[in-house]
Amino acid sequence: MAGLALPSWDPETALLIGVILLEAIVLYVGYGGLERLVGPRLMKLLVGGDEHAR
Amino acid sequence: MNMLGSILGTSPELLALFVVFGLVVGVLFGFFGMGGSFLVTPALLMLDYPATVAVGSGMAFVFGTAVIATLKHHDLGQVDYKLGVIMITGTTIGIEAGRASVYYLESLGLAGGVISVAYVVLLGGVGAMVTRDALRGDGGGIDHESADKALSEYEIPAIARTIQQTVRIPPMVTLRGDIRVSAWVITAVAFTTGLLSGFLGVGGGFIRMPAMIYAIGVPVPVAVGTDLFEIVFSGGLGSYLYGQGGGVDLGIVAPLLFGSALGARIGSAATAVVDADGIKVYFGGMLLVGATAVGVGEIGSYLGNPTLELVGLVLVIGAAVVVALAILYTTVSSLRVRHRRQSSLAD
Repeated sequence: MAGLALPSWDPETALLIGVILLEAIVLYVGYGGLERLVGPRLMKLLVGGDEHAR
Repeated sequence: MNMLGSILGTSPELLALFVVFGLVVGVLFGFFGMGGSFLVTPALLMLDYPATVAVGSGMAFVFGTAVIATLKHHDLGQVDYKLGVIMITGTTIGIEAGRASVYYLESLGLAGGVISVAYVVLLGGVGAMVTRDALRGDGGGIDHESADKALSEYEIPAIARTIQQTVRIPPMVTLRGDIRVSAWVITAVAFTTGLLSGFLGVGGGFIRMPAMIYAIGVPVPVAVGTDLFEIVFSGGLGSYLYGQGGGVDLGIVAPLLFGSALGARIGSAATAVVDADGIKVYFGGMLLVGATAVGVGEIGSYLGNPTLELVGLVLVIGAAVVVALAILYTTVSSLRVRHRRQSSLAD
């Protein structure tokens, strides 16, 4: 039976997880900005109106 | 560089498939608040990825999704950091036990089969429960409107009150909403759900969230926010452990996350427009189809029949796509109806 392993320090894996964390933060901020920029115009296009994005 | 090579090594068709699948999963996650992520691991298994890569990459995807969702819930003040930190201990041990089980089963050559069967049981069980609740009209899943209520307005479920009154093993802790509960109850809930996370590569939120509400008694929005905060740690640690064994493929995780972060915004915005109860029955149906698909794919793999494996893959992705499209279609239709009504009122 495989025993319980304690995580050991592995810089390459830490970097891999760090890249995923960074991507998530960048996407949160990036898509948030994009929503503010393009959102109202997209809503106008979709519903043919102007104000009710929410 | 290995990581860049991992993304560049994925074919453009597969990258596009992952972005689109991520978008679909994100719409489901943003709309229902749960569930989308556990479609990823079975889909990867059916694409013939090794079990450790399917579970490890599925977990890394859950980690990234949880980071994004926690940032949003933190902004809304819906994260109990004390509860989250206590739960992390139990979940960490649970995840490690679950992960060790996967490697052990893999050494016996049984991992793919056992994980698929566990998925069939879990997806089938949750799918049947959600469908039953939706047909009864009880709702089920997350009440999106609940975020607007004050925490003190939430009633503690009877079962949680019984647990709080009977299990009084010290140390006792006070949580948001003035709830006093034994730290051991929190640890037990955390261990059990961590075990499932480590074994199946899922966030475990669809089990942990009801467990926090019914066993610990925390208000729904706090359960949602704290669960996500906890998944950041459990998912991060789980991904790290799988990553050490080569189980995390950035060529899978990066495009999935790219699509899901956008999908989650769309799904979350749709909750403000569409009544979730009407679509929940489709969600339950989608889980049941997912369970059938994993079963069909597994039988195909057992019989060495690639057509059955392909049918399984098409079923699981097709079901998710149909529900996501139903959400988008209903949202745009509702917005147009609302717009027409407002226009005629203005006239």
